[in-house]
Amino acid sequence: MSEDAATMGKPIFSPFNIVAGAILLVGGILTILRFTQGLDAVTNLSDYNPWGIWIGFDLLVGVALAAGGFVTSAAVYIFGMKRYHAAVRPAILTGFLGYALVVLALHYDVGRPWRLPYPFIMQRGTTSLLFEVAACVALYLTVLFIEFSPAALEWLGLKRARNIVVKLTLLLTIFGVVLSTLHQSSLGALFLIAPSKLHPLWYTPYLPIYFFVTAVIAGLSMVIFESTLSHRFFSHKMDAAHLAEKDTVPLGFGKAAAFVLAGYFIIKVIGISAGNNWHYLATGYGAWYLVELLGFVALPAFLYAVGVRDKNVTLIRWTAAWTVLGIVVNRFNICLVAFNWHLPASERYFPHWMEIGISVFIVTLGIVIYRFIVTRMPVLYEHPDYDTH
Amino acid sequence: MSLSRRKFLGWIGAAGMTAAAGRKASAATTHHFEGYPDSMAVLHDITLCIGCRRCEDACNVVNELPAPEKPFTDLSVLENQRRTTAKTYTVVNQKPGNGGRPVFFKNQCNHCLEPACASACFVKAFTKTKEGAVVYDASVCVGCRYCMIACPFEIPTYEYDSAFTPRIMKCTMCHPRVIEGKLPGCVESCPTESLVFGKRDDLLKIARQRITRRPDQYVDHIYGEREMGGTSWLYLSNVPFETIGMRMDLGVTPAPELTAGALGAVPMVVGLWPVLLTGIYAMSKRKEKIAAEEKAQALAAALADADEQAAAKMDAAMEKAKQEKTAAVEKAVKEALEADAKARAEAAAPPEAPDKEDTDA
Repeated sequence: MSEDAATMGKPIFSPFNIVAGAILLVGGILTILRFTQGLDAVTNLSDYNPWGIWIGFDLLVGVALAAGGFVTSAAVYIFGMKRYHAAVRPAILTGFLGYALVVLALHYDVGRPWRLPYPFIMQRGTTSLLFEVAACVALYLTVLFIEFSPAALEWLGLKRARNIVVKLTLLLTIFGVVLSTLHQSSLGALFLIAPSKLHPLWYTPYLPIYFFVTAVIAGLSMVIFESTLSHRFFSHKMDAAHLAEKDTVPLGFGKAAAFVLAGYFIIKVIGISAGNNWHYLATGYGAWYLVELLGFVALPAFLYAVGVRDKNVTLIRWTAAWTVLGIVVNRFNICLVAFNWHLPASERYFPHWMEIGISVFIVTLGIVIYRFIVTRMPVLYEHPDYDTH
Repeated sequence: MSLSRRKFLGWIGAAGMTAAAGRKASAATTHHFEGYPDSMAVLHDITLCIGCRRCEDACNVVNELPAPEKPFTDLSVLENQRRTTAKTYTVVNQKPGNGGRPVFFKNQCNHCLEPACASACFVKAFTKTKEGAVVYDASVCVGCRYCMIACPFEIPTYEYDSAFTPRIMKCTMCHPRVIEGKLPGCVESCPTESLVFGKRDDLLKIARQRITRRPDQYVDHIYGEREMGGTSWLYLSNVPFETIGMRMDLGVTPAPELTAGALGAVPMVVGLWPVLLTGIYAMSKRKEKIAAEEKAQALAAALADADEQAAAKMDAAMEKAKQEKTAAVEKAVKEALEADAKARAEAAAPPEAPDKEDTDA
């Protein structure tokens, strides 16, 4: 497996390798089951519940958490915040891997994955929000691939190709922001067609805007979260610029996240008011909604602000992890918890362990590939032969 | 030929950036689609249904669906509420009605005038035919199941147990039979005329007449006339529709209108975002440039200033050194003279000393 080579000189049977290897092995078996026996063999999906965690987690959460790429590259290349330059490559890499894994996960979820290009080559269902999502995700995956390619080209020593791609940076960044705006919001807009199935507290015409704003929050928080993990596990791979930003990234991105979360809180309250859904807050679903709104929006907004004011980087890092969890809660609520709320408990969905197994498998795959790349390519350090500015 | 009125903008730009706008006539206009002219429909008068399940049987036969576990003559299955499945396009359920008498009602695809499934499908696998049926084309279906999410009546089902050729399964309103001039299987088999096939406009008139003639017998509502923009199955009932699980809170907005706004925003984002972002880039670049220029200027000024200061300092130091040197010379001369004078004074007589010195000097 790739991680063996990634830890040359270290024991092959390190705890990481054993755990990752076991997960990948189980995932491989589940994959065979899925593609030979059908969805029924590995999922709890039903006619009432056509979308499970492969959509709720792998697609909705995956795409939101991969927003760090467009958020960081926009901050650095468009808004001119050069001091975060060192954060761009890791963010682009995780964005690219995130989207690649989303597309991989969709192959498990759709009934006939070999037909995934059909919406583009057979008949274009342009009335569908899902078409917009598919088109933007396909294009953005390509954009991320090109945006990341300089690191690979530097590694391979292809100087001329690398320099051509670097010249496209601004164009690619703008294209990436346009595509991200479209598909991040469209993922929320997917649910606009089902007002009779989604609980009124979560159903609002503002869903696309909420999804876009939370994607920005997720992107900012994921960059902090990832940099925390990278500094912990890959600091030996970092150059001075990356080591120096250990605190500047959490402080800067934490500040931005505090503001965006505060704004999101306000538009959420506006959403309840616009739908006049206050009375639902007194119900069980209302209590859970308040947990999401107060616990995963208001609280992290406050904690980020305190962390930035006190320059308490540890607090900011924990808040970032909490906010990422909040994104998971939000997407699960819309796709699974508050969806089909009108159905009796017996018809509700709970994932099969094998569905969870596939999701864990895909996340593990992402971590292993990330590790493979950052231990080889100039991601956490600048290649000595190139000036990345 | 699909939904004629829902024409969407197609591809935009060579980059392949696709953008879809809402229907040309958006919700803000007065235009309203009332279905294809002369399209067909079925009127299901629930008060006439006896729960014999012959419609289920006929449906199973004409659509060549797998045989059920229990035969269609076994009415005990009515004791449990059922839904459509991948093996059953239609089901009859029963609920207690007025005075304890059971109410039987049939459930299947309602064949919306503006179907949510067709609007949601990203490969256009669904088509609303001019005859009235919403038909599905399995040969292009990817199996994303968004139609099942979108359908407000929870009708489409999926062949989850098929690994290689899973299909969406749902009532076709017997479209192949209808274009041959035959009745839908269920309608043909109904022994009580609880199911009537005809032009939608005619059936609406018949339904209204029945309600007018027997206001005590019927709830004053034709289900499907306006629900979700209208459907090609229409229902009459003697019990409130909510009590037999037919949702009255679906509203009258056709499903495509629910997403038209979001789709309409796409071209705006594609058009405006690059302008806005390039503007922000230009501003930050300009700021950077100005900052760099100011820095350079400040540096030059500081350097010049420093030079001047250094020169002045140097001059002052030179002056001071000069003065100090002069003073030192004078002092040394003075000291030397004093020492000399003192020596002479010691040597010669004191009164003569000054004269002598003058002479020597």
